[in-house]
Amino acid sequence: MSLLVKIEKKLNDFQLCVDFETSGALLALLGASGSGKSLTLRCIAGLLTPDRGKIVLNGRVLYDSAAGVNLPPQQRRVGYLFQSCALIPHMSVLENVALGYHGQPKARRKELAMEQLRRFRLEVQAQARPATLSGGERQRAALARTLAAEPEALLLDEPFSALDDYLKWELELELARTLEGYGGDAILVSHSRDEVCRLAKSVCVLTHGSSEPVQPVSGLMTAPGTVSAALISGCKNISPVTVLPDGSLFCQDWGWTLPAMPVPRGSTHVGIRAHSLRLGHGPISLGCTVDRVIDNVFSYILMVRTPGPGQLRVEFEKAEQPPAPGESAVIHGAPEEFLFLQGGAAL
Amino acid sequence: MDLFPLWNSLRIALCSAALVFFLGLGAAYYASRANRLVKGILDVVLTLPLVLPPTVVGYLLILLLGPNHALGALILRLFQTKLLMRWWSAIFAVSVVIFPLMYRTARGAFESFDEDLAAAGRTLGLSNAFVFWRIRLPACRQGILAGVVLAFARALGEYGATSMIVGFIPGKTATVATQVAFLWQNQGSTEAGQRALLFWIGINIAISAIVLITVNLLERRKAVKS
Repeated sequence: MSLLVKIEKKLNDFQLCVDFETSGALLALLGASGSGKSLTLRCIAGLLTPDRGKIVLNGRVLYDSAAGVNLPPQQRRVGYLFQSCALIPHMSVLENVALGYHGQPKARRKELAMEQLRRFRLEVQAQARPATLSGGERQRAALARTLAAEPEALLLDEPFSALDDYLKWELELELARTLEGYGGDAILVSHSRDEVCRLAKSVCVLTHGSSEPVQPVSGLMTAPGTVSAALISGCKNISPVTVLPDGSLFCQDWGWTLPAMPVPRGSTHVGIRAHSLRLGHGPISLGCTVDRVIDNVFSYILMVRTPGPGQLRVEFEKAEQPPAPGESAVIHGAPEEFLFLQGGAAL
Repeated sequence: MDLFPLWNSLRIALCSAALVFFLGLGAAYYASRANRLVKGILDVVLTLPLVLPPTVVGYLLILLLGPNHALGALILRLFQTKLLMRWWSAIFAVSVVIFPLMYRTARGAFESFDEDLAAAGRTLGLSNAFVFWRIRLPACRQGILAGVVLAFARALGEYGATSMIVGFIPGKTATVATQVAFLWQNQGSTEAGQRALLFWIGINIAISAIVLITVNLLERRKAVKS
């Protein structure tokens, strides 16, 4: 099971340039809206033609500009779960799912579709029109239809973004279960770090149309590597960094000098997650002034003024008492919690 | 009362509406997917008959189809038949005049179609023909039906281009519209003539009202759905 994608496409002012490979497990394409995630999926499915490159699924060439191969979507065996579900409005749920079985003899289609609906607990809704279904049911029906065609790869285009929070959770569990039973490659497009963490094993960050190397999801959190990956992984505190002659590191935005530590080559920025910063003195500490105290659901968020021009965001559990705005405070972070990052041009 | 004009009008309108249904649908589908320049040009050219005086359309058709002109002469030589002054000649005139109504309504319907539905069909492996006839068309059916019914209604009332192409031959090319004009010009001052006029006008209004009510019902259903 493998899917190789290496394509380029120019669309008006937007330049898409993605390069990744996945085998078996669920790969997440993580990026802000407008980063080219859906565009990439559309190219893989054959709904859009890239300018050049190559798409190979399980050794089968779907697209190769050099060899002049460009299979139509019908021959790619790539399933696409649309954000809007794309259920055909004038067909019943059963007829929609039966579309996935169009390769089977006519007499068998309805029967197979009914079995599939039972598997997705939609047999009661079989005769209903899609418009009368709830958001979750619609999503399940769309997934049932997509999987009915037995695709070799499954593309999930922000499957939860149109749903309420509590529904999202339920559907996410269900999707995770379904994907465990599905053997092929799957790509999940998402802008939510949390969703990706829970569902995917590996992740490919997409920024302004350019992809970064695929990495394990855990790696995205502990060593994002680039500024854009750090941002999408939820790191709020990022500053340009310079190495001083004595080897110590100066964080320009915060006026914070860190002791000398090993820095990966090419690093231009340093980041530290809000929850990695703690109040009080430590091995690496900084005196600040509290600017704002924000009462979050399960935590307090402090915005503190640093000696530099920028602010730092500090997050800690509600068990601790937060300082008042205007008070001075000392914050610290452990050396291993500082993330060294490449690429500042995007900022 | 000789009901030939009613029968003639209905068959001309039906034939023209059927012809324009396919032509308008094709043009609308093409235009809805064309780039902006092509679409702009198509829009102007294909909508022109809506705003041109029908007499201008009629005269241009004579220039094309007349026995001494390009296409007319060719057909005369090949098939020994004239394209003008037959009952079916009116279909040319009426079709050109009603084409923009079908084209514009259908194009609007195609443009509001959710392309994801077609994409979903294609990724499921359904043929492009299936996607067009069983997914795209049915999803746009209200707009398309409204367009063809509106075109049919306009076809029933077409006068200017028709009268130039087929004239007025009682029992041969007379339509409701040309019958009314004939009665008014020749018997408008007699009591029988006035009664005949009112009869034909009544028929005309009745048919048109029925058709427009149909269009309204179609559009209301569309509104309820969305």
